[in-house]
Amino acid sequence: MKKDIILAGVGGQGILSIAAVIGYAALDQGMYLKQSEVHGMSQRGGDVSSNLRISKEEIASDLIPYGKADLIISVEPMESLRYLPYLSESGWVITSTTPFINVPNYPEIEKVHQAVASLPKHVALDAETIAKEAGSAKSANMVILGAASPFLGMSFESIKKAVRATFEKKGEDIVNMNLNALQAGHDIANKKIG
Amino acid sequence: MTKKLLLLGDEAIAQAALDAGLSGIYAYPGTPSTEITEYVQNKKNQINGNIHSDWCTNEKTAMEAALGMSYAGKRTMVCMKHVGLNVAADPFLNSAITGANGGLIVVSADDPSMHSSQNEQDSRVYGKFAQVPVLEPGNQQEAYDMVHYGFDLSEKYGIPVMMRITTRMAHSRAGVNVTTSHRPENELRLPFNLRQYVLLPAIARKQYKTLLNNQAHFTKESETSGFNAYTDGNDHSMGIVACGIANNYLRENYPKGRVPYPVLKLGHYPLPRRMVERMARECQSILVLEDGYPVVEEMLKGFLGAGLVVKGRLDGSVPRDGELNPNIVARALGLADTIGSPVPDIVVSRPPALCDGCPHADSYLALNEALTGFSKGRVFADIGCYTLGAMKPYEAINSCVDMGASITMAKGAADAGMVPAVAVIGDSTFGHSGITGLLDAVNGKAPITVFILDNATTAMTGGQHSAANGKLEEICKGIGVEPEHIRVIRPLKKFHEENVKIINEELAYQGVSVIIPRRECIVELNKRMREKHKKENNE
Repeated sequence: MKKDIILAGVGGQGILSIAAVIGYAALDQGMYLKQSEVHGMSQRGGDVSSNLRISKEEIASDLIPYGKADLIISVEPMESLRYLPYLSESGWVITSTTPFINVPNYPEIEKVHQAVASLPKHVALDAETIAKEAGSAKSANMVILGAASPFLGMSFESIKKAVRATFEKKGEDIVNMNLNALQAGHDIANKKIG
Repeated sequence: MTKKLLLLGDEAIAQAALDAGLSGIYAYPGTPSTEITEYVQNKKNQINGNIHSDWCTNEKTAMEAALGMSYAGKRTMVCMKHVGLNVAADPFLNSAITGANGGLIVVSADDPSMHSSQNEQDSRVYGKFAQVPVLEPGNQQEAYDMVHYGFDLSEKYGIPVMMRITTRMAHSRAGVNVTTSHRPENELRLPFNLRQYVLLPAIARKQYKTLLNNQAHFTKESETSGFNAYTDGNDHSMGIVACGIANNYLRENYPKGRVPYPVLKLGHYPLPRRMVERMARECQSILVLEDGYPVVEEMLKGFLGAGLVVKGRLDGSVPRDGELNPNIVARALGLADTIGSPVPDIVVSRPPALCDGCPHADSYLALNEALTGFSKGRVFADIGCYTLGAMKPYEAINSCVDMGASITMAKGAADAGMVPAVAVIGDSTFGHSGITGLLDAVNGKAPITVFILDNATTAMTGGQHSAANGKLEEICKGIGVEPEHIRVIRPLKKFHEENVKIINEELAYQGVSVIIPRRECIVELNKRMREKHKKENNE
């Protein structure tokens, strides 16, 4: 089992929490992991991405080659498109449809949604609204992780366990809020892919 | 006994230092090196709360403090980003002559592709310049292991050891096996020869001979340490030298990492002569894969490039600049490249920007308005979040060169007749390298207006302590800036008119003025409020 995942979003949207949860689950199952992060200047409202690689066998490169990613998991729709050169022909894009508009020339949102909709393999969902319904807009990243969970090659139980472990320190309320968000995303993805 | 931790490259280095008997770490924050010191600050209590780990004023003071701790016999590490080594270059180069007593590791974190820097200089050049051993880890585990080895090497030969990492190494996470036992700190033990560190010419000449005589030993160490490894391959039409993480990109291109060519995995300099000679003897050509400058490539090729076919960044096999990746390496190997779909045209760039509510934004709006009566191009800025003032909608600054250059460049331009000239520098950068420049300006009675943007932190790197915090006015007064020309303003919309008026008054003054827009970094303020809120909830 080997999954190469590009995590995408805008600085501050919580993509590193998604990486932390998947990373915990992978390590818990004795898998190898490499995850490169973005720190420094680009965190100031710029586009950010993280390369997450998990595998039963040892991993060589910290970076995923172009055309080889199994998944793009994005918390912002335009950002999901930025990394398409990395996606393999059989790869899936899981993205939120909620735009994060902090540039004056942000494209018309309908065009962004159309571009996502035209991808052969994608799950697009309004993570922010779903997260609000599940408790708090802050857990939109966990909605997206839930939607990506059927594609990660590991059991949903192991991901729930990892969410619990990642947010444990912040108290039971926060854990449950994130678990609810995760479940909501998971249910929607399962419905979409039948 | 070992346990497995998931660590960034930076964190692996810090954990290793703690496990290897570190007594003090010295650093000025700089991407991608910052997390080494932060990790020590956060974790040292698990081992020894007395380990020194406060931030220093700049990389030079950090390097010198580390040299002092090494003099006293204790193990120490000094960390910086690559351009920080320029600031620390004087003590670094001379430390190779004094030598080390307690183990001394200098970590320099390079930033190829300039993710967060103004150049992509290669610290290995400094290592060669100083003639000290250089370690370059190829993965997080090696980063951990090399620190243990590096302290031993440093103490064995009484020499500072450089560790060179790159952004990708620093900020990538992987499982690392760490020891569960901690080596004790060294006892206080001064150098046997108390004149060793006195670099008077007569002594320095002797010390330099020692350094030169040690070069052969350093080469021998790099042949036997295990961090350089020669793996033979079936196809001798080419041999590959893969430095640091370049070896990972190489292996990524072959199933199970089985490269058909002979490979010299390089992680320890000076170059392991015998291994290199073997490759030159047995292979028809050599491809060098290295992040940063063509350092090894140039060494193998020599100036005339006669005799040996060496491919790399100089002959175009690999791009001349920028970070390596698996695809660049694939092309250099002549393998088929891979690529997914193109980026749709509607995707626009999303550059970093000043945060909503950032005090610098209000400072720039006021400065821009105050300067409307003058021709453009008068503002020299510096290194920090406020460098983003170069972008729209502010477009407020005209330079960003090196730490502290704002004040001195403004002075030079004013000397040339450009009046008014404005300098914009952050509080932390002012402490780092602005004070001496301001003294020059005062002594030269230069007609410049210096903005010290005081957000009470080192914001760009994540909110570390700023050395001059709470002392700015006193420092300026002490240097000789006239007290009536030190003006503190509040960078807020509601004070905009008043601030513009004050700025105009100081622009008109034909001497050194200092304007201090003072308001806490919005990110730090929010962080503080969240923590306060959390504390109150817990009570």
